[in-house]
Amino acid sequence: MTADEAKAQLDERVREMMAWHFSEETGCPFWLDWKKQAGWDPREEVKTYDDIVQFPHFQDEWLRDEKNERFVPNAYKGRPFNVFETGGTTGLPKQRVGWEDYKHDYEQFSHQLDDEFFPKGGNWIMVGPTGPRRLRLAIEHLANFRGGSCYHVDCDPRWVKKVIARKAYDEAERYQAHVMEQAVEIIKHRDIQCIFTTPRLLASIGERISIAGHGIKGCFCGGTSMTPEYVRFLQEEVLEDKALFVPTYGNTLMGLAVSLPRELKANGYSVTYYAPQPRAVLRIVDPEKTEITKDYGEYGRVELTTLSHEFFMPRFLERDEAIRRKPHGKYPWDGVGDVRPFGALTGKVIEGVY
Amino acid sequence: MNAPHIPILRQGRVHKSLDVQVVNRLGGKEAAAEISFACADMIKYDLAKMGEARAKLKAMKATDLIEITKRAGEIFLNDDLPIGLDGAMQSPEDYVLSLAATSGLPHSLIRMNMKRLGGIFGQIEDIFRGLTRGLDVAVLDQGYGEQGGAPVSFSATTNELAVILPSNSPAVNALWIPAIAMKVPVLLKPGREEPWTPWRIIQAFLKAGAPSEAFSLYPTQHDGSGVIIRRAGRVMLFGDDSTVKQYENDPRIEVHGTGYSKFLIGEDEIDHWEKYIDTLVESVSANSGRSCICTSTIVVPRHGDEIARAMAKRLAEIKPLAQDDPDAKLSGFANPMFAEWINEAVEKGLKADGAVDVTAEFREGERFQQRDGMNYLQPTLVRVDSFDQELAIREFLFPFASVVECPQAEMLDKIGYSLVVTAVTKDIEWIHRLFDCPHIDRLNIGNVPTNRIQWNQPHEGNLFEFLYTRRSFQIAEVA
Repeated sequence: MTADEAKAQLDERVREMMAWHFSEETGCPFWLDWKKQAGWDPREEVKTYDDIVQFPHFQDEWLRDEKNERFVPNAYKGRPFNVFETGGTTGLPKQRVGWEDYKHDYEQFSHQLDDEFFPKGGNWIMVGPTGPRRLRLAIEHLANFRGGSCYHVDCDPRWVKKVIARKAYDEAERYQAHVMEQAVEIIKHRDIQCIFTTPRLLASIGERISIAGHGIKGCFCGGTSMTPEYVRFLQEEVLEDKALFVPTYGNTLMGLAVSLPRELKANGYSVTYYAPQPRAVLRIVDPEKTEITKDYGEYGRVELTTLSHEFFMPRFLERDEAIRRKPHGKYPWDGVGDVRPFGALTGKVIEGVY
Repeated sequence: MNAPHIPILRQGRVHKSLDVQVVNRLGGKEAAAEISFACADMIKYDLAKMGEARAKLKAMKATDLIEITKRAGEIFLNDDLPIGLDGAMQSPEDYVLSLAATSGLPHSLIRMNMKRLGGIFGQIEDIFRGLTRGLDVAVLDQGYGEQGGAPVSFSATTNELAVILPSNSPAVNALWIPAIAMKVPVLLKPGREEPWTPWRIIQAFLKAGAPSEAFSLYPTQHDGSGVIIRRAGRVMLFGDDSTVKQYENDPRIEVHGTGYSKFLIGEDEIDHWEKYIDTLVESVSANSGRSCICTSTIVVPRHGDEIARAMAKRLAEIKPLAQDDPDAKLSGFANPMFAEWINEAVEKGLKADGAVDVTAEFREGERFQQRDGMNYLQPTLVRVDSFDQELAIREFLFPFASVVECPQAEMLDKIGYSLVVTAVTKDIEWIHRLFDCPHIDRLNIGNVPTNRIQWNQPHEGNLFEFLYTRRSFQIAEVA
């Protein structure tokens, strides 16, 4: 696919989604009411992705304050939905409804995985937050889709955030050790070849056992920002350059942006992520004037637009900033590089707690 | 010299990080150094392997390590040593210039600190003897032996001595140098603006024949420091009162905080106060007043006003000068904001009743000064009317002291914690009380500046007792 073909595909997707989400037969109450109040019809005005700036930024508070039923497209009416949560250290968390999206997202992702390191039929372990998160079902589906089964070790990042906020670092370390004990036991005694976890937990497992030495060939990681130095440390020291480190960027609202793990070393371990276009689009915007896209090579805030039949979310401003990177032959659309928390250089952020 | 790249040292192994930060010359935009930063998890991994580094030192004879330390001192003072990654060498003069460029210290103070550090290496036998109360060093080789006719055995409490170093005082590196002769590897986290001194000391040790595995250097961020503090077996760190409080019950951690060092003159000597002005001025202003052993409170039974004026006149002669001026005694601030914050704190104290800045009458211009792109604070002597005045017991990173009058009989109840006390007196009864006073860490009797210390006695803790524990033992003949 060329860059022009990718753009044409995305524009076509935008028109399809406008028609879907703003038609009475298929759209959800939230967006249909929004259209009435806005006084304009996105089906008429938004014909390409460039027109998406006509929408205001999606506010994630709406996912907490609105009832979930208001996000159920009329086309799915009557079908019970999954509820997936995001964030939420205190109070009611933000929730997103869904049906098949996570399967689509992770099947698409599965095609990007290298069979040499993530063998078909191999078993997986997921070490990370399960509970009400989309990730828990998604990883198991990924394992099953690739012909394997999935073991799970849970952890509760909301609790860890509270512990760290009160500076009880010893308690946080004890909790991490508790999670690690469970993970290490399973890795040692079960036939597992693939792992999903967060960078910190991966490093923590590697402190206790040789991950590659216990048969793990591929590690799919997500959850926090990583400096190139940290990525190198994980690939070369934690995984001993024997298992493949596959960083991803994603969340409940987007799906998975993928990277180019085989090119990491050549790129100085600077990770560039490519959104799962056309289902989701990432744009690097000027934080002060968010309608402006930053130039290539410049840092800006990450803006996410999700364009699935189940969920429409225009211009959501992530709590991250990244460098706008040029399209790649494999993913001929903009990438986002060296993601870090938005305002990382100016404020204190509790990030990467698990 | 181009800005050298200071790498991470992982048990002596050079690691060039992809996370590189540039430290600029103060008052300019020119890079003075590029520094490799370590991620926290890397430090965790390396800490787990420190036993290997300890084994390297343990396998060497203590007497050899003492000789190596002595040689390293000469090398540190005199030799060209490797700096950075491209084969460049650093002469002693290059070291002075590099440190001055990032720390704000005048060259004269750096040379003074260099000499002091060189002295630490050279006195290692004396230090060892002093801290171990005369232990035969061979006991560390064998693990047991005799001392004063009694059986003794010592085992290391840790595989590493971790030190979180500050940016403002190269002399504090003196505290860890003896650890190598004590067979304990060091893991150093340098201050952002001061990688130069630990790097040069390490290079001197290596050239003298110390095993490279004994030296780890981790420039790192806050989370990396946190890992070191939480995980290292023994940690020295430098901080303010809140840091001291945070770790006061953790036996692994020795916090070097504010010293609140004091200079006391007894009833029997106070009428000869003019004799002690030189000593007082040195005690307040040595090392630009930055050391915890600098006097910050002067306590006298009477003549407070005269002493304050006499000292103020002398202290006001210490002015910001060019860094390479041989007469420069005042250091600029590596972090320019510090000077503003400290000045605000002093002004706040002066606005309260009961404090007068006596130096204001004698010095040129305001306390806060800028020169050559750096911020300075001119020496300040404050006459306070009681210990309750908020500036009476304060310690700042510049030559600052208060003068307070107090009857001799009440002094020891009022002074509070004091890292160093110099008491000028011949009153035997009072001297006995001074020796008995639990608030005093180090005591000088007579006309001794508080900043002159002997390293063969404990300084904020005994390094040997920090790194070793005595165990009981018996060895029966094998049947």
